[in-house]
Amino acid sequence: MFREKVLEKSFLLIALSSISILALIAFFIFQQGIPLMWKVGPNSFLLGDRWFPSKESFGIFPMIVGSFWVTLGSLVVGVPLGVACAIFLCELTPPAIAMVLRPMIQLLAAIPSVIYGFWGLIVLVPIIRDSLGGPGLSILAGSLVLGIMILPTIISIAEDSLRALPRSYKEGALSLGATHWQTIWRVLLPAARSGIASSVILGMGRAIGETMAMIMILGNAAQMPHSILDSARTLTTNIGIEMGYASGDHRQALFATGVVLFFIIMALNSLALFLSRRRRA
Amino acid sequence: MGKASGTRGAYWPVLFILLTLLLSCQRQQGGLSVVGSTSVEPFAEALAEEYMIHHQQEKIFVQGGGSSAGIQAVRTGAAEVGMSSRNLLDSEKDLVAVPIIYDAIAVIVHPDNPLKGLTLEQVRKIFSAELTRWNELGGRKHPITLVTREEGSGTREAFQKMIMGSTEISLSALVQDSNGAIRQVVADDRNAIGYISLGLVNERVRALAIDEIEASVENIQQRRYKIVRPFLFVFKSSPQGLARNFLDYILSPAGQKLLVQEGLVSMNPLPESRKEARR
Repeated sequence: MFREKVLEKSFLLIALSSISILALIAFFIFQQGIPLMWKVGPNSFLLGDRWFPSKESFGIFPMIVGSFWVTLGSLVVGVPLGVACAIFLCELTPPAIAMVLRPMIQLLAAIPSVIYGFWGLIVLVPIIRDSLGGPGLSILAGSLVLGIMILPTIISIAEDSLRALPRSYKEGALSLGATHWQTIWRVLLPAARSGIASSVILGMGRAIGETMAMIMILGNAAQMPHSILDSARTLTTNIGIEMGYASGDHRQALFATGVVLFFIIMALNSLALFLSRRRRA
Repeated sequence: MGKASGTRGAYWPVLFILLTLLLSCQRQQGGLSVVGSTSVEPFAEALAEEYMIHHQQEKIFVQGGGSSAGIQAVRTGAAEVGMSSRNLLDSEKDLVAVPIIYDAIAVIVHPDNPLKGLTLEQVRKIFSAELTRWNELGGRKHPITLVTREEGSGTREAFQKMIMGSTEISLSALVQDSNGAIRQVVADDRNAIGYISLGLVNERVRALAIDEIEASVENIQQRRYKIVRPFLFVFKSSPQGLARNFLDYILSPAGQKLLVQEGLVSMNPLPESRKEARR
């Protein structure tokens, strides 16, 4: 009895320690970032469009916009592909083929992001530069690569939510005379929509957080992007590319960029949690 | 037979103990840690290797991280030596900085670019995006792709100070976080222009003459090519012991020769280039 209590408490301690590390990280980011944000003024920090840390000019709006476009672009690429792939794995393919395909898709998640970045830089960027113009290092290239990178997340969660549907949905639809495709499109997909939505949001979180591949592909210009062939900088790459040499206010401005990122990712994860709770309820 | 194998078996613990002793020796001695600028790092590594060949019992560890990180590490005592490719800021003037060698910054373009040179004024106008097409400079009819280093980089700071002055580098410029990455982008893009250390210029890119002066070692030593910056070793106070010996080795003809072979420029024996650390 006593032994069980001890075990229980020690496990609690271990669980708390992992949470407290998260809390410490959050505390440190805020403690470093908030004072600068306050000094610059939250408005001119968030909405300013000039990023010249050496001239005390800290405006991260172009990075927020950059993150937004790259993420949106990756969803345009990744969501249709991912959901279609989940439907295929779940409904249309013989189990034997799915058994082969599924591990291969999981393998996509195991490829390090620097490899994706390198591939994008060597293969995709020259194609875009030669056929569409511009520097090639662009939102388009970033979106394509990121769209592939978020596929495993979207496919596996969307597939799970399709599989979790009661068999009776499918059987009912088919027995009413619907074709297989009508069943998928009109019955199964709408029924699984909250699961699919949370897969999209988790994919979005992955897309916003991606750094290494984006540093290599986006070109990192701290400008407001005007077209998908323009170079852009995201919030994460802003931190990644400048942290090596940053000091003083500049360093704090990077932490403040982290604070903004923290809020965006918290919001996305809460949304995903909310959607998956609603699915269970 | 049995006796022989027994003896052989007895070697292992001895070996193990020796190995442990060896390792602990190393750790006790600690060695010299040299941290900082990624521009200086490869050269410092080459120097440290060479130094350790002649002084086998001493250990020097070279690490990147950036000029600011190196200076910070010296201040906190995490490293004895900082490497910086930028001058010390006013807030860092309490530290001791010794220039070990000089590095020129070359403005580079794709080898297919027909331009041979630019004036300083033209370079400034290109990088501030006042001139945005190559045909405005007598080149092909293509938009110019600017490539620059990130804010805080020593190379960028030097370029800003020596070429741009108070004009900003355009925000539309692509930003890459190393000399190598800039070279890669410029080598791949026929319309690109960027700047990197002269020592890293290779056959995949071409250095432009500035104001009709080629970026060559001779022109640099004769103070004609002006876009030159020092590489600094930073110490908390006047260097002692191993740090002193290592610095002396670098400033010696042997050390300087090694750096020159790597593409850097020694200003010796010109007098003002060698500022001795305050003792």
